[in-house]
Amino acid sequence: MYPSIYHRTTLLLVLSTACSAAIADDTTLRALDERITQLEQRAAPTSSANAFNPAISLILGGTYARLGVDPTIPATGFAMSANPGHQQGFNIGESELGISANIDPQFSGFATMALSPAGGVSVENAFIQSNALGSGVNLKIGRYFSGLGYLNDVHAHAWDFVDQPLVYATLWNNQLGEDGLQLKWLAPTDRFFELGGEIGRGRGFPGSDTNRNGAGDAVLFAHLGDDIGVEHSWRIGASLHETQRQNAISTGVPDLLASVGGVSNSFTGNSRTTGLDMVWKYSPNGNVADRYIKFQSEYFQRKESGTLSYNLLTNSSYSDTQTGWYAQSVAQFMPHWRMGLRYDRLNPGTATVGAANTANVISNYGFQPTRTSWMLDYSPSEFSRLRLQLARDHSRQTLPENQIFLQYVMSMGAHGAHSY
Amino acid sequence: MKKLLFIAMLLISSSSHAAINVFACEPEWAALTQILAGDLANIYTATGALQDPHQVQARPSLIAKARNAQLLVCTGAELEIGWMPVVLRESANPAIAVGADGNFSAAKYVTMREVPGRLDRADGDVHAMGNPHIQTDARNFLPIADALSKRLAQIDPSHAAQYQQRHTAFEQQWRTAIAKWEQLAAPLKGVPIVVQHKGFPYLNAWLGLNEVAELEPKPGMEPSASHLSEVLNELHSHPARMVIRAAYQDARPSDWISQRAHIQAVALPFTVGGTPQASDLYTMFDDTIARLLGGLKQP
Repeated sequence: MYPSIYHRTTLLLVLSTACSAAIADDTTLRALDERITQLEQRAAPTSSANAFNPAISLILGGTYARLGVDPTIPATGFAMSANPGHQQGFNIGESELGISANIDPQFSGFATMALSPAGGVSVENAFIQSNALGSGVNLKIGRYFSGLGYLNDVHAHAWDFVDQPLVYATLWNNQLGEDGLQLKWLAPTDRFFELGGEIGRGRGFPGSDTNRNGAGDAVLFAHLGDDIGVEHSWRIGASLHETQRQNAISTGVPDLLASVGGVSNSFTGNSRTTGLDMVWKYSPNGNVADRYIKFQSEYFQRKESGTLSYNLLTNSSYSDTQTGWYAQSVAQFMPHWRMGLRYDRLNPGTATVGAANTANVISNYGFQPTRTSWMLDYSPSEFSRLRLQLARDHSRQTLPENQIFLQYVMSMGAHGAHSY
Repeated sequence: MKKLLFIAMLLISSSSHAAINVFACEPEWAALTQILAGDLANIYTATGALQDPHQVQARPSLIAKARNAQLLVCTGAELEIGWMPVVLRESANPAIAVGADGNFSAAKYVTMREVPGRLDRADGDVHAMGNPHIQTDARNFLPIADALSKRLAQIDPSHAAQYQQRHTAFEQQWRTAIAKWEQLAAPLKGVPIVVQHKGFPYLNAWLGLNEVAELEPKPGMEPSASHLSEVLNELHSHPARMVIRAAYQDARPSDWISQRAHIQAVALPFTVGGTPQASDLYTMFDDTIARLLGGLKQP
């Protein structure tokens, strides 16, 4: 309870009228005021075991997906990437438990446990963050989503679509998770300008989680953003990710010999990804509670070069440049109702393959995976959302499909604040 | 040597003249800070009068401005809970962290109304610390100005005397203004009203308005057609004189009731800038009362 001036004044008035008028001089009043404050403090509980409990939030989410093609088939030309795919039928893939609190004046802590549909819990995020470094410096240590791009550190419950864009699915296995440390610096300028760097274990794809003393991967990113009047705001960014891949094994990779079910390949080499991202938001009068439009687009390019071991037997050099981008727009056309449209496109590139493997490895698929998704969602309150998503997926050559998703995302407990 | 000394003195004097950077969450606190600090403060206002202050996004511009602020002046009481935690975390500025001298919450200095007896989101978007729309009662500005003036002096001690002087002047003028407003608003005492959002308990308590119904079925939930019909039915047996809403809110639910119940729909500025007339704190209350008095007339 906060000391309330009105309560105190009323008390003072009662006291001062009850006593003789002579005591109503300033010093006496001040002394009385002090005594009331002390009494108030005494009345308040000074300690209790659960008063320091962290903020807890539980996200309950689930999806029903109706798919036309086996979701384990990867996008054409990206068989050597991770393929998070979709879950068919009913599943509770998006449920997660979040815990956060200040640890002491210097640090705060955050943890997110994802509830796996098969049972069991996995640690999605578990990191500490500095509170008091000052000068615009933020340090994060632990397991966190990398700050690259725009969507990478957005949790699944805050996504505008049921799934991540294809470029995130294929190049980052949906989201790049890091075990490491992140240092960010916000420039002391009027316009938002932020620089960030990360080094980590390289746990998440495309890193190879191996034991070593050094860092498994490194990330650099920069963001610039501002408002234009009260109705428009924007942010642009650039990112760079580098990792050394070691014996990265991909299974089921199609080859020129057309082995049934594909072959297993292993790649060792350098992987460098650059990215550009932008987001622009518009809201009449800046009142986002009423209506708004959000437009965002991201582009990533990954260059890999090293040695490919075809079928884990034949080694030769391999290099490829893959690219992908998406553009999407979400509009809240009336309070609580939003509609969104997204277009995805990937380019598997043309690989340069060493002589030993030219007869084995497909260097050019001559196909660019695409997908168009449309969604409509309704949020009865800030804490609940129901969504319908329809998609025309042509990310697998000769296997176009129509997808239907129904999703709910609900949150209970602590009121979370969302980033831009 | 003399030249050097002169430059040094110039530097010292210019640094003591440097205005402090204030990040005001809502326009009413920017206006109050302006009155209490004048040129001594460089004020940035984070939200506009036509924005719902519950739902603001932690935009890059807000983070950049918070990074350089020495003082944050906000309503508090969890009004800004949906965006301020991100702004504070991302701006990495310990001067304005929760608990620091540079973090000023106006709600700490007034008696909160509608503090819920139970916390359950089945009751809508309830605020655990009470209704945060404290700026609609002019009397609340007295204790807040007192505390804010002291806080300014604490952060910028070299100008303490000026802050005190400005505060004394404000207090006098404000008390006179309150007396004038209360006199003007006398016809409003006991007048039954309908509100669109539960945003006016402080105004009601001050001017004696009698809130008989709300258009939002639960705080923060959109007025549904069925709920509006219920309100309309109730108004047949317990008529109200007007339906009021904040300037940032959608006019449609108020207009719907206004047409069917044959009462005036009144949009109040709610904060500085909410209406063209409400250009500062004084005119905000001038206009609020003028509009309420206008609402007494039959449409």
